[in-house]
Amino acid sequence: MTTEPTIHASDTVPISLVVNGRPRSMQVAAHRTLLDVLRDDLRLTGAKECCLVGECGACTVILDGRTVDSCLVLAVEADGSEITTAEGLASNGRLTPLQEAFLDEGAVQCGFCIPGQVVSAHALLAANPDPTLEEIQEGLAGNLCRCGCYWQISDAVLATAEGARR
Amino acid sequence: MTTARVGESPQRVGGIARVTGHQAYVADVHLPGELHAALVTLPVAHGRIVSIDATEAETLPGVHFVMTTADLPEPMPRFGPQFNDRPILAIGEALYHGEPVAAVAAESREIAAAAARLVRVEYEELPAVVTVATALAPAAPLVRDPALRPDDPLAATNVLRAHRYAWGDVETATADLVVDERYSFPIVTHFAIEPHAFIAAPDGDGMAVWSSIQHPNWLQKILARLLGLPLAKVRVFAPDPGGAFGGKQHAKYEPLVAFMARRAGRPVRLVLSLEETFQAVRRAAAEVRVRTGFMSDGTIAFQDIAADYLIGAYADIADRVVGKGSYPGCGPYRVPSARIVARAVLSHTVPSTAFRGFGNPQVNWAVESNLTEGALALGLDPLELRLRNLARRGEPFIPFDTPADGDWEQTVRRAAELIDWHGPRPAGRGRGIAIGIKSGPTTGLSYATVRLLVDGSVVVYSGTSDMGQGARTIFAQIAAYELGAPLDWVTVVMGDTVVVPYDQQTSASRSSVLMGNAVLAACREIQAKLRAMAAHLHDVDEASIVVDAGVVRLPDRELSILDVLKPGLGRLGGELVGNGESRKEDEPEHPLGGSAAFFEFNCTAVEAEVDRDTGDVTLTRYVTVSDVGKAINPLQVRMQDEGAAIQGLGHTLMEHYIFDDAGRIRNLGAIDYRIPTSMDLPLEMVSEIVENADGPGPYGAKGMSEGALLCVSAAVAAAVRDASGAVIRDLPLSPERVWRALHEPARVPEEVMR
Repeated sequence: MTTEPTIHASDTVPISLVVNGRPRSMQVAAHRTLLDVLRDDLRLTGAKECCLVGECGACTVILDGRTVDSCLVLAVEADGSEITTAEGLASNGRLTPLQEAFLDEGAVQCGFCIPGQVVSAHALLAANPDPTLEEIQEGLAGNLCRCGCYWQISDAVLATAEGARR
Repeated sequence: MTTARVGESPQRVGGIARVTGHQAYVADVHLPGELHAALVTLPVAHGRIVSIDATEAETLPGVHFVMTTADLPEPMPRFGPQFNDRPILAIGEALYHGEPVAAVAAESREIAAAAARLVRVEYEELPAVVTVATALAPAAPLVRDPALRPDDPLAATNVLRAHRYAWGDVETATADLVVDERYSFPIVTHFAIEPHAFIAAPDGDGMAVWSSIQHPNWLQKILARLLGLPLAKVRVFAPDPGGAFGGKQHAKYEPLVAFMARRAGRPVRLVLSLEETFQAVRRAAAEVRVRTGFMSDGTIAFQDIAADYLIGAYADIADRVVGKGSYPGCGPYRVPSARIVARAVLSHTVPSTAFRGFGNPQVNWAVESNLTEGALALGLDPLELRLRNLARRGEPFIPFDTPADGDWEQTVRRAAELIDWHGPRPAGRGRGIAIGIKSGPTTGLSYATVRLLVDGSVVVYSGTSDMGQGARTIFAQIAAYELGAPLDWVTVVMGDTVVVPYDQQTSASRSSVLMGNAVLAACREIQAKLRAMAAHLHDVDEASIVVDAGVVRLPDRELSILDVLKPGLGRLGGELVGNGESRKEDEPEHPLGGSAAFFEFNCTAVEAEVDRDTGDVTLTRYVTVSDVGKAINPLQVRMQDEGAAIQGLGHTLMEHYIFDDAGRIRNLGAIDYRIPTSMDLPLEMVSEIVENADGPGPYGAKGMSEGALLCVSAAVAAAVRDASGAVIRDLPLSPERVWRALHEPARVPEEVMR
């Protein structure tokens, strides 16, 4: 086992990420989270800050194919990884079918949790293209919505899966 | 091109930015040169501040200053929507766990937070009252210095105000059965997923403030007074809030950041943590005694309600919550004799404020539960008992207030039908039903400006805040419909007090009705101008022209609005501007200062199963039916109803603040305070609406965003009792509480007598 160099909280560390398909290199302080870096350094504010303890899901992003609460991931831990945020789902100004379904099914009220919900749902469908209602509810249980759009969010995921089958 | 008519459900205006992560909430706004603020608080509920030493904090590199009361004007400026009682920073004593006593301004958020921990506050812990019982005890410490309440007969108590409403005579009324019970409702918090955020920036000779606020114009007034500025020099930007639910109605830390920005000469931002929002906003707890007299056939003879609401250390809007929330306490029923006494009880807790339902859910929980208990004691069907007493359309059920403004029986019967009330109960399941009612706004003033541009596109200016209820979409639909524009040719401008005309507030489910009427009136003014144009262009009598739903009807033909607008405006082009105003005047003689503009009416019916081993409650079917007059956007109505129901399930089944002996909140934050997730839903939810176009809003709409939350608790508790026999009068119906009710010796109802 090699000895890891000691990192102090105030030290900055060079990291490289691919964020929404774009390579980004930067110096980050060791204590800063991936959420901090996305929001403050890259000004990608789609990932939201709410509980900061990994309970609300508002900061959900996809890291190398799996969803994480970016408030719980240190930026240095994410070094070398590929990150997808809510801003990175639509391409060329076209919404994904899932994003369209969120709007059609009425899954969006205030919208603050929605980037996290969309990212989680996107990853869920990538892993399970044909989920049941129960699987959706369980899969999205880590994304709180205080407006209470849970039924409509499930409807959007189901409609997207249905659309993909057609 | 999106077309949408009234009564259809187009995609939400502003929806695309929300699903792509581009919607900018206050915390997403950054200004050049901004400083970051952090609050300094004490780890006690009540403490006398002996000294504050900021020396060490101020030496930390990147710290600009530590603001204390010494840096604020003397006497300390105070503010609040009802009383000017809240100081900008705690002065002399901190009165609740989380009250800021100082604030740091620094180059970064991390530095500000680190410096806040270095501010040395010497304090003496003082006795705190955090429950109704301790606050009302004879020797209780007074939350409010009596010197601040001159000429107030209640100054030597912790009662801020007592509201009394009565009719008939409860003292002499007789009944076959009296059910006299006490019910409690816990402290819960809004838990908007967006924590409150504030930015203030010197703006020329004035101040600009960004806030996730529901009432930008009210905030503007408060800031203008505190800062000594004319209204025109206080520019409030109110980006759409990320959830508000009443918690963002009134000023919180905007005055503090404004004074910090003035001192810094630079922008200052403060983004609260979720924990800090728990210490900024919450719903009042309540202890409610209800004594209902019934005749043997179920007719209500009298009702005697005493509700003590535990408000916080400062009034915020809580006293209004108490007064207005308890006023329709007897529900939508014929109650010949009634007495309602509701007290706002000060305590060393976070100031309670408006929260969806505005004081009604607390009393509703008690009164509706009491009605179910009465029905069961009389051997009557709880549904039939309600129907027997329910006010019919036009009946003045609360004397001197607006008479019943809907066919309420229709709503109740529909809910009963959808839960199959009279059908056999599946084994192990029980059913409950309850009714909720809430007074809409008692006063109101909304202005709207609409511009019809030369190409037929439309700009609407409205001071409403779109906090998720979908106000932008509603106003866009109204303007699109009236002016014949595609929906995506309508821009709705909100949230800037320099640009948008005055609106009193976004509360009480008023906006579709009051602002909706203002937008409609502005469109009608434009239509009148179009009529004059068409009359001139086609040489016909103006009175013979009708503009309706985007079409100009002349006696002999129909024209599109553009056919009139373009030639009418002529070679220079230009636009047509309409202004609309919508008022609900106050009524000084009314106990609330005004009668209800409308009532929100909802019936909720629930089927539940109870796990006797764990006390866990599963809602197998949930029905919510609201009388909305007319759904301008049916999908948004459904979202509001279902969202309100799910929010109500939070305080019904799981949410409550827990205090330690020192009055500190022990369950701050998302780990220890649980709100409903996608795993906490009923197995099945059905929401329907009743539409009789009998509301005062556009096309017969009524306000509707709170109704479906009002009676959730009583319906669920009734179903739990029906399923398991557990009689519970304290919320939330947590598994532990349900289990205890099932397994510990039954409490004999104390004061049920025949």
